[in-house]
Amino acid sequence: MLLNASGCLDALAAPDVARSLDAFVTKTVTPEPREGNEPTRIAETDHGMLNSIGLQNPGRERFLDEVLPRLRELGIPLWVSVGGFAADEYAETCARLDDVTVELNLSCPNVDEAPESAAAIVAACRVSTPLPIYAKLSPAQPDIGEAARAVQAAGADGLSLVNTIRGLELEPATLRPRLARGVGGYSGPALKPIALAAVYAAFRATSLPIVGMGGVQTGRDAAEFIAAGASAVAVGTALFADPGAPARIRRELAETAASLGAAGPEDLCGIAHQPDFDPLPPTLTTSKTPAFQAN
Amino acid sequence: MLRRDRHSVVAVEPVGPYTLLRVGRGDLEPGVPGQFFMLEAPGRVLPRPMSLSLAPPGELGFLFEAIGPGTNALAELDAGDRIGILGPLGNGFRLDVDRPLLVGGGIGVAPFPYLSQSLDRPGAILGFRTSHHAEAAELVPNAEVVVEPTRVTELLEPGYDVLACGPAPMLSAVRELAPEAQLAWEAPMACGYGACYGCVVEVGGHYKRLCLEGPVLAA
Repeated sequence: MLLNASGCLDALAAPDVARSLDAFVTKTVTPEPREGNEPTRIAETDHGMLNSIGLQNPGRERFLDEVLPRLRELGIPLWVSVGGFAADEYAETCARLDDVTVELNLSCPNVDEAPESAAAIVAACRVSTPLPIYAKLSPAQPDIGEAARAVQAAGADGLSLVNTIRGLELEPATLRPRLARGVGGYSGPALKPIALAAVYAAFRATSLPIVGMGGVQTGRDAAEFIAAGASAVAVGTALFADPGAPARIRRELAETAASLGAAGPEDLCGIAHQPDFDPLPPTLTTSKTPAFQAN
Repeated sequence: MLRRDRHSVVAVEPVGPYTLLRVGRGDLEPGVPGQFFMLEAPGRVLPRPMSLSLAPPGELGFLFEAIGPGTNALAELDAGDRIGILGPLGNGFRLDVDRPLLVGGGIGVAPFPYLSQSLDRPGAILGFRTSHHAEAAELVPNAEVVVEPTRVTELLEPGYDVLACGPAPMLSAVRELAPEAQLAWEAPMACGYGACYGCVVEVGGHYKRLCLEGPVLAA
């Protein structure tokens, strides 16, 4: 299953690109409208990019009244990225949603306000909605496995790993920050090993399905996330360079799976945790493939 | 339908200190002058937004200044290399004007050769840092050229439909003198098609995506 990373696609501006995914993940919705951060908001680095958008969005009411109905017309499964600055704000947005998967943005690196603990927010949302809840976590924490166990215990149905990690780029001529806000969220190819490590750790720590993301540019990258334990993969920065990236990655992923002797990408799930698989035996079964097939 | 296809480089030519990149058009439409394309910069994570400079038969031409890793990568392309191109994107200049006058500064003259052709060679006022940079004016017919410290606004007279492109301080100065001008702005862009929210500019008190609302905006 292939998704976009939240904030990396506007399905209303590019509906065909959204339809090339198995589900569309919205930009994060906060209770109040947000103008976002002052420009300059993006900067390319040698091996990735920084963004400092700052959760620009029309706010919960306009999202529910104006945006969500138009998204439904696209006819594809929707994931709504929910943000806030206190557990009850997240919970109230969740309570107002229906017929979507919820992704809780617990880890935006571009806003000042520090939310409550991820587990406390998940617990509040678990009470307010029966919808599937994915917790999107930051890679910038000492023990991803512990964080994953905490949100599972609080009632999360899945994990989205990972959000961007904070980074800084300086203007060569002035040695001043290129982003108006100074630091931003670092994404792209440089994030991939960090994201893979997070997926790998979370797969060992919990039984939750994982959406893996962070620097996915090719089908081979997607296969690596699945091997590390992801049951779905999201594309972010690669979408900026090429709106055709999802279709290409899907095709390459099937080719990669076939070249490894697997019947399909889902057969690769978790094999990074199994030693000495060369080649894959025909009877390979994995313990965790639910979301990849169910969705 | 957004589709990035690969197109062959025909030639890479110097124009003063600038670079003119000519690529085979394939089935790409040139679009309206002032619209832009996202050009794959080999080896870089993000493509680069470029307005179309020239649209001769079978080709698209992009004029730019090689000042960073992306534009340098584009300047180092050879004939026969292939790069991904997405476009045309955004909103270009309105061409239903009675007395057009092109006002540009520096690499902001990039869209003017194609714009001039579309408007039947109107007058133009072009400003540059040095006489070397001013060689780019050869691509724009009927141009009056000034070099710093003279500014384009010193030659700007009332009574024209101004179409302007250049650095932000120049556009702001033009706006003071020509409140009805059409202004083509520039901003760093990751995607060019509304996905990233990186290129916002303030319009009517709100941050709007320049790639969708612009890059040409009413003054």
